[in-house]
Amino acid sequence: MKTSKQEYKGLCEGASPRSKLVKDCLWAFFVGGAICLAGECIRRMWLMSGKTLSDAAAMTSVTLVAASAFATAMGWYQKLASKAGAGTLVPITGFANAVVSPAIEFKTEGLVTGTAARMFLIAGPVLVYGLSASVVWGIVYAFLRPWL
Amino acid sequence: MRKKDVIFFEQPPVITHWAAIGGKKEGEGPLAEGFDQIFDDNSLGEESWEKAEQQLQEQCFSAAVSKAGISASELDLLLGGDLQNQCTATAYAASRVDVPFAGLYNACATMAEGLCIGACLAAGGFVKKEAVITSSHFCAAERQFRTPLNYGAKRAPTAQWTATASGCCILSRQGAGPRIRAVSFGRVRDLDVTDVNNMGAAMAPAAAETILSYFAASAQKPEEFDAIFTGDLGLVGSRLVKELCEKEGLAIPMHQDCGLLLFDREQQDVQAGASGAGCSASVLCAHILPGLQSGKYRRVLFLSTGALMSQISSLQGESIPGVAHLAELSAEGVQ
Repeated sequence: MKTSKQEYKGLCEGASPRSKLVKDCLWAFFVGGAICLAGECIRRMWLMSGKTLSDAAAMTSVTLVAASAFATAMGWYQKLASKAGAGTLVPITGFANAVVSPAIEFKTEGLVTGTAARMFLIAGPVLVYGLSASVVWGIVYAFLRPWL
Repeated sequence: MRKKDVIFFEQPPVITHWAAIGGKKEGEGPLAEGFDQIFDDNSLGEESWEKAEQQLQEQCFSAAVSKAGISASELDLLLGGDLQNQCTATAYAASRVDVPFAGLYNACATMAEGLCIGACLAAGGFVKKEAVITSSHFCAAERQFRTPLNYGAKRAPTAQWTATASGCCILSRQGAGPRIRAVSFGRVRDLDVTDVNNMGAAMAPAAAETILSYFAASAQKPEEFDAIFTGDLGLVGSRLVKELCEKEGLAIPMHQDCGLLLFDREQQDVQAGASGAGCSASVLCAHILPGLQSGKYRRVLFLSTGALMSQISSLQGESIPGVAHLAELSAEGVQ
């Protein structure tokens, strides 16, 4: 065939449909926003129940994570995420989904070698680089602090 | 007789019987009526997706054998493959029957690969009757190649949906049924596509190469065929294979793609179409062979297209090599 790799790259770009950017962004904005709004409502409820500000914040995260784990187990989270994209990925519920989904998926390979070993398949890199970044920032901050 | 890459048979082997089994989504698609059986529960009552795929093959194999009115032990050979690591679905299904077994892997091109090898063996007189089978299962493939099923991710518009399906053909030296007049083993082509969510683009050059080399060797024209079916190029690959062939001066307006036939792309939300080793196999057995049998098609080219990467090679940034094998099918032996 005469088509070069460079030429073919151009042909592929022309033939491949693009994501519907505006529609995807609107979905992500409204679903992501709705999850955050739900989070704020949950926080108010914990505050009303007499929790302190910091306890209410922690309990809000716990509640959202539990709700996301439940929705993932029921197969609802993926259905919503297939439309919402980053709207379900970015909030803390997305992180819970990333941990729970492999835990369920790999249970056929055993509780230790399946569920436990694969649980951090997707979330692992977030934890590794998230924690590493916070350590690095901690060190930088320790040096900067006297001047702040 | 061999001309360039194409092997023409003087006594063309016959596909005497065939069967196709599908999952829920396949049962909701446009080809539903052609399937021998549809399972609404994709687990097929098994505890893992891998076992479900094995069950899919067992059911498909039994359906084909029972349509042929023979017992499995009358077969001289079973050729088959799937997408699971080390082709376990086929190997375990083969362990349930007492037939010599050769496992094949050419990803989604395995069905045509099996037909090509099977046809050569039958035409050469080395086997009298044999079965060729492949399968794929959406859930088994997703967890192996992509992410867990319940992981919340948005699919790219160029991504394809792995078919939960199996197709099985019984090949014979003689008998009534569509004939395999020629076969061609494809050459591997790699035009530097690295996106695993755009496998149609990765496989299109291999499909174009095999089609072009067939027409160069056979001195026939595309117009002499009712259809040229490719395996699972999907929307993107189908556009590209036509463009690539046209650039070489070969127009193929009769081209159809199994990946675009199996599902209703818009209604069933499958992005660029279907894929998987079971896609071309089930479309062959649920649509193409019945079409040859009924007189809807007289002569067709059937190609399966395979993307030959692994999860490791794609994580290491390697580009995706593609391959496409071809079988020329004709209705001349149909009674």
